[in-house]
Amino acid sequence: MPSALINVPRHAKRGEIIEIKTLMSHIMETGYRHTANGDVVPRDIITSFSCRFNGAEIFRADLFPAVAANPFITFFTVANDSGKFEFEWIGDKGFAETASASITVE
Amino acid sequence: MKPVRAIVTVLLIAAVPVLAAEIPQSERRSGFSFMGPDTQAMQNDDTANPGILWVLDGEALWKSKAGAAGKACADCHGDARTSMKGVAARYPAFDKALGHPVDLEQRINNCRTTHQQATPLPYESRELLALTAFLAQQSRGMSIMPERDPQLEPFIAKGRELFLQRQGQLNLACANCHDDNWDKRLAGSAITQGHPTGYPLYRLEWQSLGSLQRRLRACISGIRAQPYAFGAPELVELELYLMWRARGMPAETPAVRP
Repeated sequence: MPSALINVPRHAKRGEIIEIKTLMSHIMETGYRHTANGDVVPRDIITSFSCRFNGAEIFRADLFPAVAANPFITFFTVANDSGKFEFEWIGDKGFAETASASITVE
Repeated sequence: MKPVRAIVTVLLIAAVPVLAAEIPQSERRSGFSFMGPDTQAMQNDDTANPGILWVLDGEALWKSKAGAAGKACADCHGDARTSMKGVAARYPAFDKALGHPVDLEQRINNCRTTHQQATPLPYESRELLALTAFLAQQSRGMSIMPERDPQLEPFIAKGRELFLQRQGQLNLACANCHDDNWDKRLAGSAITQGHPTGYPLYRLEWQSLGSLQRRLRACISGIRAQPYAFGAPELVELELYLMWRARGMPAETPAVRP
């Protein structure tokens, strides 16, 4: 049951610096662990996160096995226009999740 | 301390030896107060607290039909926000049919097997943790208050005995750390008072939500004793004693702990 928690301010003044916070549910299995029988637990991580605003990419991050489970990614941007943030997480085993949030700039 | 007051204190301690080591009500502190500001902020912000992921899953499970009876939790109990408010704050509770106390996880599984005719969920499974977290969140901010049921008293007493019982290769009782040395540190980590105010909670070390039974089993392994199996009566008695010990403190589920 993958799900995301998104925290984007609903309203902002034009030119204001705003913080975007995202939390995605994921086990982030490193691929370095072994079972009791010695078999490698296959890697299962999110490899890429991106955020588009009104279609244009404004933030991107690559993720690696050292990132903890349920990655919490925050970043800042300048609120210039009203519009929609679209978030995308891509990972191993075909993992692909999206979420979105809207903002009104006055 | 003035000599007279010291004598009175000594006399008081001597008069009630069973309570001598217990933490006075006014000095009880949640594990929350031992954490750094970053971890506290993580718990307080519902969009940064990973425990909320389980709560959301639990809300979906609450409404989804399960088992041969084809019933969802919500079909009998309705909106959990009203029907389950304060319920977790008084668990473990005495089950008349079984004749012993059951914790919230066991209550959920009893309900599943009897009313939904579904298979019980395994301990520490995502589904059971999610449902428990969702129910317990409905009591967030309310005072922990186990029921004043005379039938519970022998089980609280058993739990207290276990809490005070030295065991394992290190020959330590829970009380040796959590009553006597909670203001000190163990390998750089704070020894807390061991009040289970926020379970199931998200432990950064586990990178997952976990139950109070998982925490107790980890502690018992830590003193190099043989942990009780999940669902064992001893663990429920310990849970009951700990909740009774934390009575009056606000519930924090889903808490975050290092």
